[in-house]
Amino acid sequence: MNKKPNEMTIVEAASTLRSKELKVSDLWDACSEAVKTKNPKLNAYLEIFDADNAAITAAQKRVDAGDESLLCGIPLAIKDNILIEGKIASAASKMLANYRATYDATVIKKLKDAGALFLGRTNMDEFAMGSSTEHSAFGATKNPHDISRVPGGSSGGSAAAVAAHLAIAALGSDTGGSIRQPAAHCGIVGLKPTYGAVSRSGLIAMGSSLDQIGPLAKTVEDTRILYDAIRGIDALDATTIPDGLYGAPPPAGGPRNLRIGIPQHLLKEVIDADMRAAFDATLDVLARHGHTLVDIELPMSVYALAAYYIIMPAEVSTNLARLDGMRYGLATRGRMLLDDYVLSRTEGFGEETRRRILLGTFVLSSGYIDAYYRKADAVRIVLRREYDAAFSKVDVIAFPTTPSPAFMFGEKSDPLSMYLGDIFTVTANLTGMPAISVPMGYVERGGEKLPIGIHFTAPHQAEDALFAIGEAVEKTNNN
Amino acid sequence: MAATAKDVKKLAALARIKVTDAEIEKFTNEFDAILDYVGQLEKLNIPRNLGKEKPPLRNVMREDGAPHASCVYTGKLTEQFPARLPAQAGEGGHLVVKQIISYE
Repeated sequence: MNKKPNEMTIVEAASTLRSKELKVSDLWDACSEAVKTKNPKLNAYLEIFDADNAAITAAQKRVDAGDESLLCGIPLAIKDNILIEGKIASAASKMLANYRATYDATVIKKLKDAGALFLGRTNMDEFAMGSSTEHSAFGATKNPHDISRVPGGSSGGSAAAVAAHLAIAALGSDTGGSIRQPAAHCGIVGLKPTYGAVSRSGLIAMGSSLDQIGPLAKTVEDTRILYDAIRGIDALDATTIPDGLYGAPPPAGGPRNLRIGIPQHLLKEVIDADMRAAFDATLDVLARHGHTLVDIELPMSVYALAAYYIIMPAEVSTNLARLDGMRYGLATRGRMLLDDYVLSRTEGFGEETRRRILLGTFVLSSGYIDAYYRKADAVRIVLRREYDAAFSKVDVIAFPTTPSPAFMFGEKSDPLSMYLGDIFTVTANLTGMPAISVPMGYVERGGEKLPIGIHFTAPHQAEDALFAIGEAVEKTNNN
Repeated sequence: MAATAKDVKKLAALARIKVTDAEIEKFTNEFDAILDYVGQLEKLNIPRNLGKEKPPLRNVMREDGAPHASCVYTGKLTEQFPARLPAQAGEGGHLVVKQIISYE
């Protein structure tokens, strides 16, 4: 065995467990040991869980009995906004620093049923708002490729944990790119599923019409395994969708040769030159392997980011109104009830959270709701139609995941410049379509090799096409 | 659309958040830049009836079912209300709340 157990993929670990070269407890110990050694430097985990010996023993029994669940006995990292019964779920906010989950999120229930183990809860931007984890109330996570740089965000802790082999794989959540962008910055795979594919029950809400839970993993195959384990209709989330809602699923395995749409008009100027070169080179190799490159136009897409930064804060200000020091979380007491609300919210929320709550309150206020929120909602409908039309000509649409590689801490202190980095990822959240980021090599900054990602979007419920093109990209990386 | 310091103060009051004077100035400047950016939608000409079309939503219905027995989750939930637990727990798990109406 060349690889250390914690460096394995889900597939490798599952097969090593079954060949009896490794016990579940050895795999847990290897991961847990790596976390304890490296986490002080990276701050990927906010809390490291003690070994659950009953769960480890049960998983070992299932493996020995020939259980087919590949996740059985696999240690995973979970973003701090996903509820695990009895564990703190703080969304990296002072507001919920003492909140202990009273139930399991549906995705956690499904992972427990599959026999998976949980190493700890991972760092993130507060309430998932940010692209760097710099907005965590508990200190930023560092990028394992260069600790002077951000890991991306908001699921930066999950991405750094997987990239540094402090977990076999992880769960994150994605509202505007929060799985895909950190996956790209850390050199791993990240999937935002179709809106409604995965239950949001037990996910601390940010933008409810945009949020999806999804996997971060070392390979596309692992991503698929984790996605298959957590997806499915759920009575506890009325927005979950049945299979085939958007038409018959494509034949298993998907088409071998895919038509890749490239919106050239959106790629001018905003992208770093070496990122653009890597993107073009990856597409060239895909074309040589039999995939077809098609020029497409998505004119409304230039407005997607503006629409997103209206709709998202509107939903944030609404969702976070429930945190008022009354029911749970931080409770600061003043003289009157209103003082209690104001003191708790002022003390509990960090700066970026307050900024977005105020922005959301503004775009929803009477007098402005037509100019901002309703207009953004209309843009969203047009955008979705534009993508639907494009998908009559192509199977997937390609972008670089980000315009630049991971930035330095403090480099984007002006909020708008941070928001602009989400330009390629937000559209999938607005349209509800699934999207994946897959590593496409490295660029150099300040003498360090930094990973970069290629991003594909597919029609609703066409995750299979994303896995197919993702595996094709992995092959080009290996050649 | 430009945001003024007065707007930000008002928004903070609506959102039940206190902002310091220094923050008001900072937020006002940042909101100007952000609103300027998102304000590009204003020049967009989108057909008026578009938003009124049937949205791609479905009604989700289910049969009424038997609810769980009353109070089975009460203890677990009230543990998360530390600031509101009555000194002498019991009394049907009631929570102490603050006076709302002022007599002044």
